[in-house]
Formats: sequence, structure tokens, C-alpha cells
Amino acid sequence: MPVTVVEEWLNSCSGCEISILNIGDTLLDLLPELNFVHIPVLMDHKYYGQTGESEVMEIPEADIGIVSGGVRNEEHKLVLQETRKKTNILIALGSCAAHGGIPAQANMYTNEDMFEKLFRGSPSTDPASDPDHPDVPKWLDSCLALDEVVDVDVTIPGCPPHPDWIAEAITSLLEGKTLWSLPERSVCDTCPVIREQKSAGGPVKRCFEKLEFNPEEGLDKMRCINEQGFLCLGPVTLAGCAGKKGVPRCIQARTPCRGCFGPIRKGARPMVDMMGAMSSVGLDPKTVVDRRAIMNRYIGGHGNLRPLPARPVRR
Amino acid sequence: MGKVVNIQPVTRIEGHAKVAIHLDDAGNVADTRLHIQTLRGFEKFVEGRPVEEMPRIVCHICGICPWSHHLASSKAGDACFGVTPPPAAVKLRRLMQMIAYVGDKLLHFYFLAAPDFLIGPDADYAVRNVVGILSAAPDIAKQVVHYRHLTAQILENFAGRAIHPTFSIPGGVSKPMTEAERLEMLDHAKGLLDFSKFTIKFAKENVFAKYMDAIKALGVIKVGYLGLVTDDGTLDFYDGKLRMMRPDGTYDDFADDAYLDHIGEHVEPWSYQKFPYAKTWGDGPVMDLDNPVGVYRTNCLARINVCDKMATPLAQTELEEFRDNFGRPAHLTLLYHYARLIELLQCAEHTVELLEDPEITSPDIHTKVVPRTGRGVGCVEAPRGTLIHDYESNDEGLISRANLIVGTTHNNAAMNLSVKQAAKELIKDGTYDQAILNKVEMAIRAYDP
Repeated sequence: MPVTVVEEWLNSCSGCEISILNIGDTLLDLLPELNFVHIPVLMDHKYYGQTGESEVMEIPEADIGIVSGGVRNEEHKLVLQETRKKTNILIALGSCAAHGGIPAQANMYTNEDMFEKLFRGSPSTDPASDPDHPDVPKWLDSCLALDEVVDVDVTIPGCPPHPDWIAEAITSLLEGKTLWSLPERSVCDTCPVIREQKSAGGPVKRCFEKLEFNPEEGLDKMRCINEQGFLCLGPVTLAGCAGKKGVPRCIQARTPCRGCFGPIRKGARPMVDMMGAMSSVGLDPKTVVDRRAIMNRYIGGHGNLRPLPARPVRR
Repeated sequence: MGKVVNIQPVTRIEGHAKVAIHLDDAGNVADTRLHIQTLRGFEKFVEGRPVEEMPRIVCHICGICPWSHHLASSKAGDACFGVTPPPAAVKLRRLMQMIAYVGDKLLHFYFLAAPDFLIGPDADYAVRNVVGILSAAPDIAKQVVHYRHLTAQILENFAGRAIHPTFSIPGGVSKPMTEAERLEMLDHAKGLLDFSKFTIKFAKENVFAKYMDAIKALGVIKVGYLGLVTDDGTLDFYDGKLRMMRPDGTYDDFADDAYLDHIGEHVEPWSYQKFPYAKTWGDGPVMDLDNPVGVYRTNCLARINVCDKMATPLAQTELEEFRDNFGRPAHLTLLYHYARLIELLQCAEHTVELLEDPEITSPDIHTKVVPRTGRGVGCVEAPRGTLIHDYESNDEGLISRANLIVGTTHNNAAMNLSVKQAAKELIKDGTYDQAILNKVEMAIRAYDP
């Protein structure tokens, strides 16, 4: 008997869904085992009946619910609650669902500030009142991770999550397991660069400056990006972006990690830990430009980002 | 007023929308609306972020076309800092964009659009999807899964990330291409070109020829078009001037940083998505089916209409055949699907050309930048339409103001008109069913929103 699956996306970009497709040829083996009963990106099941007559939103019952995106508005909340009610195992897919993701950068501002800019503060926009209509769902006070609204059983973080983990998590649920999680390791634990536990010091460099490396050589011949004097969030970020094999993806591009898999363990404080990691190699964390936003880039849910005056946080 | 028929959610699109069809007492269509229901607010929360971080922040606007936002943002950053990236960096940016495009077009045609044509617009929703195609045409489906995935693997192997890239930065790119990487990629690119040739042939025989009646009727509107072209009028996805074409085919060309003189954005209370309109075409926007004012479209049909020619030989042959059949500008909405595949061919051909260019492996891939006060407008063509990223930076090189007009937003007014046209044609005397409502959605899907 195939397992029934519901897939939904909330305050999202579709990247998680593309990552599901990036399972590639293995997807063709998995598909016969999965009976999708509702997945708006690929299938035409409707919330209020196929001709829209019903008064009540209804998502079919299923063994597994997969939800990407954070919770930004009243409708996202309703869809999430209905999915939770109708599914046995709920998977939070991707860093928006797990931690708020990039859209939770908006949590640094009040909704009034956001709407003022968008509808009355843009040079191309004819100034107007905020959209206000029963078919335009109202914003919540902030952009939330799923577990701030409902219980979540399995979290597959990442922006996007690597297809290897999506396939592994689904396969383990197909085998009857009810839990799955990534091992608690840091990006640095999986990064082959050369580390000497010290940097040249000086203000932290910005990413328009040149990283030193020989393109003909592997990453195992390149000096650690933090030790080259840049901010790389590898020390405080959960490993796994490259899947089961391969090196961390941003490092592969010869660019620093920005923390897209989120914290290594629940309850960790990446910003505090990162400032410690920088100090330990002789970098001054106070010289990181736009520190609060950059260190919380993917984890603005769970109250990590709030509308505070933009000033340096005291250590 | 009579009842309201809701289509919610609109499916097999890449976003969150609802259609409301308002019927009068006789059961005929009085009005329709396409409500866009989500809003994330990038223009506000990028304020204060370093310009060089922008390409890796704004790519998250779209997980299907992250490379397009990534590159528009890099170009805006180049302009803010007043630098010109070295030729190899531009070629590498173009190469990544082209490979991502090939994957995107295969995704849209086979996964999102094809079920309506190959399974049929009236079929049960449980089989009218990509899984249904897997059963109906397993050999083709396997190749589609393989080649679309290959585009992601190529991007990932070289640039680290296929989705939400970090490769392009103001001044250039983060790493050069080695000769070994070039040769491996070229081999794959030739496979993609072969499959692209197959796809357009397959679609002409099995979709466009068979559905000509629907193409001539569904969602048809007569509005203007916007797209990038080079100085000599060639279709270009990465750079050039903006061309805005009126419904009668006459047009104005302008530099990307002059967009504010030509494009305004209107707000309606019933949608989070704004309604861009042509400022110089009268007192718009007016979303009246019989007499629209200021409404224009972007995305592939627009690009195919505004360009004088394609950049590559096979795509040019296809354009000539297309124009012989449908004229210029071609207004039939479902022709978006056809135009998309002509572009697929240009992207696949251009990928091979770029990889055969010896300069692409030059180690000179970055021009030094110094933060400064400036303004930069970066325009590229994303699969879903023209992207306009307009940034101002302060003396520390932080964003002080950002204005974004992106792909599908340009099409908002036009999609609303196409929905209205389709609903009026299909729903009479209060009679409708799931097949009819799906055909209304097909008018939206053509735009690949």
C-alpha cells in the first residue's frame, strides 16, 4: 500500500519543492510508494471542493504531511492547522518552516513600517492604502516557524534542504519509523579547508574582497574562510547542505556560509556562539557589518529577530 | 449580484492565488478577480543590508528562478559601486543563467503545463498531473526527470548551489572555471541541446497542432509587451535596453535606469500584488477587456514579440516559422507555451556557444570594488519576465533604498484580463464544472506565474 502524502507551501519561494524534484532519478523509484492526495504545485485538488462550493476548507487525510514556508498570514495558519489535523506525521521542510527563513528578516520591522514602505514609499508605486479585502489574508504580527503554531514531528532544515535528506527522511518514514533528524554536527565538521586556529586579525572583511585560493586545487588546499578574515557561519551552522557526500555548498563556490541550515541543536544561540568562535581566532566580532541581520539571516522566527532599533547588540 | 465561484488555490503555478468569478443573477460572468494572497516585503527588509550580500538574499524571492534575481542583483551592485566585471565573469554569469533557464523551461512545459494538453483539460484532477504523465508517457517522463535534474547538477557541481546561488558578486563572480570543468560541462550541454530540439518538435506535433482551437480562444487579450533586447534588437536574457511595445506593434526603447519614466505601479485593495502599467500610454491602468489601458505583458511571449531576431540559428528558424503563422506581435495567450520552447532552444544553443568560447576559462573574474554612495539598476530577463532591481547605497555600501519590479508582477493586470476573458467565454447561464474551471486556470498557467 502506498503511503498517502499531503504537500503544502506557505510563506515560501518554491525552492523546497524544486529540491524535492532534485532527488532526480531516485524520485522515480520513490513515486510509486507515495500517493499524493494534495499538492498544489503539481496537482489540482482544491480547498473548498473542486468547484469551490464548500464552506469549510478541507485537505484530505494522509499519513504524511510535508509543509514548506513559514507562517506569515491568517490563511497560512489555517492551512497549517488543517494539515496538522489531517496528517499523522508532519514534516517541516526547509529553513522557513523550521526557523522562519529569509522572509523572517521582516521581523526586524513592524508591520506598519513594512506596509508603509511597500505601498506608499516606493518610487514606482502610486501611493495607496494597504490592501484590505476578505480575499487578501491578514498578516500575523510576525513571520513564524511552523512549530510556533502546531506540533512538528520531523524537521528537514536547509535553504533549500538537500535532496539526499528529503529522500532519506521519506524513505525512513516509509519503513515505519516516526522520527528522523540530521546528526548534530557543524558545517566546519564537514569542511576540508586548512585551519590553523588563528587569523591575521584586523576588521572583518566584506565579501567584495578577494578570497585567497588556487582554483586548480581542491578545498583541502584552501585556508579557512574565517581565518582569512571573513565572516563564515560554518562554526555555528548545522552540517548537511552538501547531502551525504561532498563539501559544504557555499564553500564549494568559494563563498562563506551564511547559516542556511540553522543552528546545530535546538536551543543553541548561534549569534553568541559565533562571536565566541571569531574571538578564538583573533577576529573582532564587533567589526562585522550588519551583524544582527547577517547572523540571523535564516533564523528570524522564534523571536530571534524583533523590531528593535538597529544598533549593535552588547556581548 | 448572484453567486461567487471560487477557484482556490490556483494550482500548478508557482505561487499563492485565488480566482473569484462573480456571476450575475442570470448566471453569466459579471466580473472576475485574481487575488494574489502572499506578500513577503523584500523591498523593506533589505534596507541596511550590505550591497554585496544582496545577490544571495534576493535570490530567495523565487526558488524556481533564483539565478535571475541573483544576477539582476549583481548587476545592480556593479552599478552602485561603478564597476564593470571582466568579460569572463559576464560569460560565466550568462552561462549559469542559461543552464538554469533550460531546467526551468523543461519544468514548466512538462511538469506544470503538459498535463492539461497530454492528459487533457477535462480529465480527473487525480490523473491530470505529472504522475499521470509518468504513466501515460513513461519514456519521455524519465528523460524529462533526467535532463531537468542534470541542469541542477551542472550548476551545483560548478557553482556550489543550484537553488539560491552565491556565485555572483558585485564586480564579478567568486571563482573561475577550469578547463576540466569546461569540457565536462560542454559534454552535458550538448545532451541538453539535443533534448531541447526534441522537445520543441514533440510539442509542435503533439500539443500546438492539436490544440489550435483552444489556442485561438482561451484567455485571448490584446495588450502591450515588455522585454530586453540588445542594441540591434536581438533577444537577450542578461543585458540590453528595455523595449516596450504597444498592442499595435509600435514600440519605445529605453535604458533600464530610465524605467521610472515608463512604468508605474498601481495598488488595488483586493490583491497584495501590485499592477505595473505603461505610464505613457494614457491614463492607466484600466483592466477593461474591450478597452484596456496601460496593460502590458512580460515573459516569453513578450520577449518573442519585442525582439527583431533570436541570438542563435535554430531558435531564429523557429521564430521565423512562428511569425509566419501568428504574426508580430502574436497576441494569443496560449502561445506563451510555444514561445517558451523557442527560447529553450536559444538557451541550449547559447550554453554550447559559451562553453566553446576559450575566454570563459580566463582567471580574470573579478574587478575590485570600493563601497560608495550610488544608485544601480540591474535588469535581466527571468523566465517569468523582466526583473528590475533598483538599489541606492550609502557611503558604507549599505542599501539605503531598494525598489523591485519582478517577473510575474508585470503580468498581474494581463492575467486578470485573461481570467476574465476565459470565464466570460466558458461560463454561461450559471453552468460550469471542474473542467471549465480548469480551463480558466489554463489561462493563468500560460503565464507561468
